[in-house]
Amino acid sequence: MYAQVLDQNDSGVKSREDMSEQEQIFQARIDAGEKIEPKDWMPDAYRAMLIRQIGQHAHSEIVGQLPEGNWITRAPTLERKAILLAKVQDEAGHGLYLYAAAETLGVSRDQLTEMLHQGRMKYSSIFNYPTLTWADIGAVGWLVDGAAIMNQVPLQRTSYGPYARAMVRICKEESFHQRQGFAIMMKMANGNDAQRRMAQDALDRMWFPSLMMFGPPDKDSTHSTRSMAWRIKINGNDELRQKFVDQTAPQIEFLSLTCPDNNLKWNEEKQGYDYTDPDWKEFFAVLKGNGPCNKERLGARVKAWEDGAWVRDGLMAHARKNAARTVAKGENENVQ
Amino acid sequence: MTQREALFEFLQHLGDNTLILSHRVSEWCGHAPVIEEDIALANTALDLIGQAQMWLGLAAEIEGAGRDADALTYHRDSWDFRNLLLVERPNGDFGKTLMRQFLFDAWQALMLEKLARSEHKQIAAIAGKAIKEVAYHLERSGDTVIGLGDGTEESHARMQAALDDLWPYCGEMFNLDERYNALILANILPRMDDLRARWLSKVTDIFDDATLVIPTDNFAHSGGKSGRHTEHLGHLLCEMQVLQRSYPGAKW
Ligand SMILES: [Fe+2]
Ligand SMILES: [Fe+2]
Repeated sequence: MYAQVLDQNDSGVKSREDMSEQEQIFQARIDAGEKIEPKDWMPDAYRAMLIRQIGQHAHSEIVGQLPEGNWITRAPTLERKAILLAKVQDEAGHGLYLYAAAETLGVSRDQLTEMLHQGRMKYSSIFNYPTLTWADIGAVGWLVDGAAIMNQVPLQRTSYGPYARAMVRICKEESFHQRQGFAIMMKMANGNDAQRRMAQDALDRMWFPSLMMFGPPDKDSTHSTRSMAWRIKINGNDELRQKFVDQTAPQIEFLSLTCPDNNLKWNEEKQGYDYTDPDWKEFFAVLKGNGPCNKERLGARVKAWEDGAWVRDGLMAHARKNAARTVAKGENENVQ
Repeated sequence: MTQREALFEFLQHLGDNTLILSHRVSEWCGHAPVIEEDIALANTALDLIGQAQMWLGLAAEIEGAGRDADALTYHRDSWDFRNLLLVERPNGDFGKTLMRQFLFDAWQALMLEKLARSEHKQIAAIAGKAIKEVAYHLERSGDTVIGLGDGTEESHARMQAALDDLWPYCGEMFNLDERYNALILANILPRMDDLRARWLSKVTDIFDDATLVIPTDNFAHSGGKSGRHTEHLGHLLCEMQVLQRSYPGAKW
């Protein structure tokens, strides 16, 4: 059933007259900044929209292990290796919190996983790009976690209680992720010629895909209006993207790197940077499955799941046997 | 061999075991059967790296040649590595990875218990810290071996195959090494005579619960402790050392 609602478009905000009494009360609670909790009444479309968003967010954390995991065995120092391992472990933990938040809405982790594996649910397009050098690990922390923070900080105030609370825990860890990424970039940018070349190359490849992480321009976004009325989403895509550019541009300068966007420049009048939009054709192509690593990323997750089936089955079978043994033992003791 | 050289050897043995096993375990990142296992494996790998940093750091200090843990990690070739052959075995399936972990954890827990009583203060301190982590690893790997051994027909068969495959790499743990005699005399290293029997009793308990049978053939590979490794270690080092070797002198 979730598959259908996932494909449903945001049909815009209902006017007050079109709302049932229940819906009116619900909207009033949201407008008053109240949190909606799992046992509360909620419109089906609100539930469906949340499942879609939280599920995709969870999937992104899990798939996001792969591009960074790609460098753990090659990390250049023991300290960097430990930091990267801890970071990737955090991301798996984020996936767990988020699946748990989604489960409060009546969908299981296994159902969500199946939808991911069948291509019926998406994950963030950024993870379909490869990590080609060690500098990419810096750039992912700096830019990708940076963009994720930009997206997630406001979500700590989202209307659905379990989602908002998951975000509070996650945001704390994300800022450490971004700092370690920037620290790698600093080392690389201040390093030898080869390292500077890696750093510049990483920025060249990651810049526009990072801007894509905020989603298409608001005018083309199919889910924005109603999700904002319901406070599932707090800010517009363009607003967050601008904030991200404004934060990142001076950091690029600080690193003495060159932004691949020649039009990036400070606009005194709007008190923000002018920048070039990413290539939205590429964004939609990657979303459709035609990015550099889509097949590998999803393939790796499907393989992990299928190869792990005997492990999950084995542990379940053992747990059942154990439970049966405990019952039998209890009965024996009763007889005695 | 002087006492200092012997100590350097032995500390590399401890550090290389955890370093190489950590590398193997970290290869699972993002590919485990369930997310909880991804997290647990990453956690194990992290603990093992931490231990490697401590043992190799101390090894380098004892050596006194201006090297550090990173230099030992990234700038030795396979013949200078002193890890057990067991820990460089490729991961295989999840069952084999956990079987390798269990066989190693059971040995490491006992070894650390002894080392925590060493008269060498730094060794005792490192062992005292690592012992808690390893107790947890052992509990977890032991439970998983039991769960999968006593699970389905398939999981049982896979775990028995893993045990059969890895058993010949266990004997090396207990090879008495006369290079260490001086250290034992100086109470830096404890006597190891009862190590094999205690290890065997621990793993036998777990294998009984797991309904797994210990192979009867006691043939044992060896060589890791003296630097004669399997073909697998060279490939592992190629991967691990690639950046340090490709860009000498670079700071990361
Ligand atoms: Fe995350
Ligand atoms: Fe993160």
